[in-house]
Amino acid sequence: MTTQLLLVQTLNGLQFGVLLFLVAAGLTLVFGVMDFINLAHGVQYMLGAYFGASLAAWTGSFWAGLALALPAALACGLALEVLVFRHLYGRDHLSQVLATFGVILFLNQAVRALWGTAPLQMPMPEALSGGIALMPGLQYPVYRLAILGAGLGTAGLLWLLVERTRMGALVRAGASNAPMVAALGVDIRRLFMLVFGFGAMLAGFAGVMAAPILSVEPGMGDTVLILAFVVIVIGGIGSIRGAFLAALLVGLIETLGRSLMPDLMRLFMAPSPARQAGAAIASMLVYIAMAAILAVRPQGLFPVRAG
Amino acid sequence: MMAIGRRGVLAGTAGLLAMPAVRARAQQQGVKIGLVAVQTGPQAALGTQLRDGFLQGLKHLDGKLGGLTAQVVDIDDELRPEVAVTKVRAALERDRVDFVVGVVFSNILAAIMRPVTESNTFLISTNAGPSTFAGRGCNPFFFTTSYNNDQVHSVMGQAAQDEGYKRVFVMVPNYQAGRDAVAGFKSRFKGEVVDEVYVPLTQLDFSAELAKIAAARPDALFTFMPGGLGVNLVRQYRQAGLANIPFLSTFTVDEATLPAQQDAALGFFSAAPWAPNMDNDRNRRFVRDFEAAHAYVPGSYAAQSYDGAMLLDSAIRKLGGNLGNKDALREAIRAADFQSVRGNFRSAPTTTRSRISGSARWRSAPTANSRPRRCARCWRTISIPTPPNAGCADAAQA
Repeated sequence: MTTQLLLVQTLNGLQFGVLLFLVAAGLTLVFGVMDFINLAHGVQYMLGAYFGASLAAWTGSFWAGLALALPAALACGLALEVLVFRHLYGRDHLSQVLATFGVILFLNQAVRALWGTAPLQMPMPEALSGGIALMPGLQYPVYRLAILGAGLGTAGLLWLLVERTRMGALVRAGASNAPMVAALGVDIRRLFMLVFGFGAMLAGFAGVMAAPILSVEPGMGDTVLILAFVVIVIGGIGSIRGAFLAALLVGLIETLGRSLMPDLMRLFMAPSPARQAGAAIASMLVYIAMAAILAVRPQGLFPVRAG
Repeated sequence: MMAIGRRGVLAGTAGLLAMPAVRARAQQQGVKIGLVAVQTGPQAALGTQLRDGFLQGLKHLDGKLGGLTAQVVDIDDELRPEVAVTKVRAALERDRVDFVVGVVFSNILAAIMRPVTESNTFLISTNAGPSTFAGRGCNPFFFTTSYNNDQVHSVMGQAAQDEGYKRVFVMVPNYQAGRDAVAGFKSRFKGEVVDEVYVPLTQLDFSAELAKIAAARPDALFTFMPGGLGVNLVRQYRQAGLANIPFLSTFTVDEATLPAQQDAALGFFSAAPWAPNMDNDRNRRFVRDFEAAHAYVPGSYAAQSYDGAMLLDSAIRKLGGNLGNKDALREAIRAADFQSVRGNFRSAPTTTRSRISGSARWRSAPTANSRPRRCARCWRTISIPTPPNAGCADAAQA
C-alpha cells in the first residue's frame, strides 16, 4: 500500500466520519439533554435525503433543493416531537424504544407508499461535480471534499453555539442535570423542542449531503443509525465534542479497516480465506473498538453527566 | 438449469428416493402460496420486482393456478435470515401454505431451506440459486426457475476471457452468492485476478474500494452488487473517474437499478439470463402488460417469478388440482410443461450427467430516458455448459 493510497483512504475515512457526525450530533443532544432514546433519528436522515432529491428534481437545482429540504426536515422533526415524542419524555427507556421503533416502521412504509421502493437519485451540483487527481487514475470527487468542508463547518458552528451562547449553556446544563435547569425557571419544554428540531434538521442536512453519492431509498437511515449510536456511546452521551471525535474515529476505523484488514490477514493466512476473513473482521472492527473504549472508559471518551 | 439461447431449463433438484407419504390434507378448493420477498430496507425494490412479477403471472392466469383459486400470503423477509425463518414457519404452520415461492437473496434461501423442505412443502426459488444446494446439497423439495448462482457470473468470466483482459479486479458482497460469483467468474476467466475484495452486504460507500481499484489499475472490474449496492457503486465509480476501466457486472446494472443510476451506467456491461427485449410472444406479452400495470420496467427478478407462477400452474394442472401426492407433484414440477418468458423450459437432467449448453446475455447499459432500459441491440449471447454438479443426480451418485 502506497502512502498516496493511505492518504486517500484517510480522507475517505474523515469524509465518512463528518457525515456520521452530522447524524450523531442531533442524536447525542436528544439523548443527552432529554434522556430520550430516539431510534427514529435515522428516519430523519432518510427524510432529508428524500426531501432533497424530490425538491431538487422539482426546482431543477441542487441548491434550491438543499435550501428547501432543511426547513422541511425541521418541520418534520417538530411535527414528530409535538405528535409523538413529547408524550414519551416521562416514560421509561423501553417505552421510548418501542414507540420510536414504531415511528421507523411507519415512516419507512410511508416513504415507500409516497415515493415507491426503487431508489431515487439526486444530481450533484454542477459547480462541485468535478474531480481532483489525488493519485494516478483516481479522480477524487470535489463533492466529497465539499461534504468534508460542510461537516467541519457545521461542527465549528455547533461548537460555537453550544460553548459560547446562552442557549448552548442551557443545553449543556440540561445535559448534565435537566431537573435542576427546570427548577431554575427555564422552559425546559421549549428547550427540548428546539433541540429536537435542530437535531432533526442536522440529520436531514446529512441526508441531503449524502444523497448525490448514495442512493436514496427506504430504510437508508437504519444502517446509519446503528453507527450513529456507536458514535455517541464512544463519544460520551450528550457531548458534541465527544460525538465529533468519535465520529471521525469510527469513520477512520471503518474505512481504513476495510482497506487494510484483508492485506493484514494475508500475513497469516492463504490469500483467499484471508480476504474473506479480513472483510469479516473489518466489519466488526468498529464494534470491537467500541467494546475496548467502554472497557477503559465506561462513560465514553467525554462524559457529560457527573457521577 | 439456466437459459439456453432462447430456451430455458428449469433448475431442478430431484430425488431418486421415494419420499414417504406426506401429511394428508383435505381436498381443498384453493391453493395457498407463501411469497417470500424482501419488502423493507434498501433492497426492497428487488423484492417488489419479484412480487409484482409473480402477481402479474397470476393475473394472466385469472388468479388461478392449475384451476385452483390462488391465495398469496405475503412474507417480507426483511433481508434478515432469522426474521425469514420465523415468518416462513408461521406461514407453514398457521396459514398452511401449499408452496413457498420467491426469495431474492441466497442467505435468506439458505435460512428457510430446512424449515420449508422438512415440512415436505415445495420451495420454488424464483431468484436465489446458491451453489450449495446444487449437486451434493440438493433437496427433492427444492426447485428454481432462475439459475445456479455460478452460471450467470461464469458468462461474464467468459466475456472477460474473450475480450482478452489480463488483469481483473473482483469485488463482491461477503456472503454465499458473492462467493458463488467469484467462483463462477473464475471458472471461465483464466487471466490474473489482481485482487478480490469482499464488502458487507450493507455497504453504502465504496470510496475505500474505489481507491484500491485505482491503485491496482486493472484491465477491467468484475462485480456483483445487486440492487441499492449497485446504485451506489455505479454512481461512485463514475464520480471517481474510473469509468475508463471496463465495468463488467452481474445483477448490478439492470432494470431494478437503472432508474436510479441513469447516465452513470452508460457503457457499463452486465450479464443476465433474461432481458425484457427477448424475442418471443410470451415475453412480449409479459413485458407489455407488466409495464402497463406498474410504473417501471420489469427485471429478471420479475421475469423469473412470472415463470414461477406459470410453473406452478402447469404442475397443478397436470395433477388436476390434487396436491396430496408429493411424488406426483414433484414429477409434475420437474416436467416444467409451460412456455417461459425465456422460451422453452426444461428441467436440468436428473439421472444423467449430460451437459446442456446454456447461455446468458452480455450487454451494456443504455442511454437514460424516463424509463431507462438496457441497450436493445448491444448484446451477444454466450453459451456456457451447465456445471456437472447441477441437479440431484450427483447426490445419488456421491
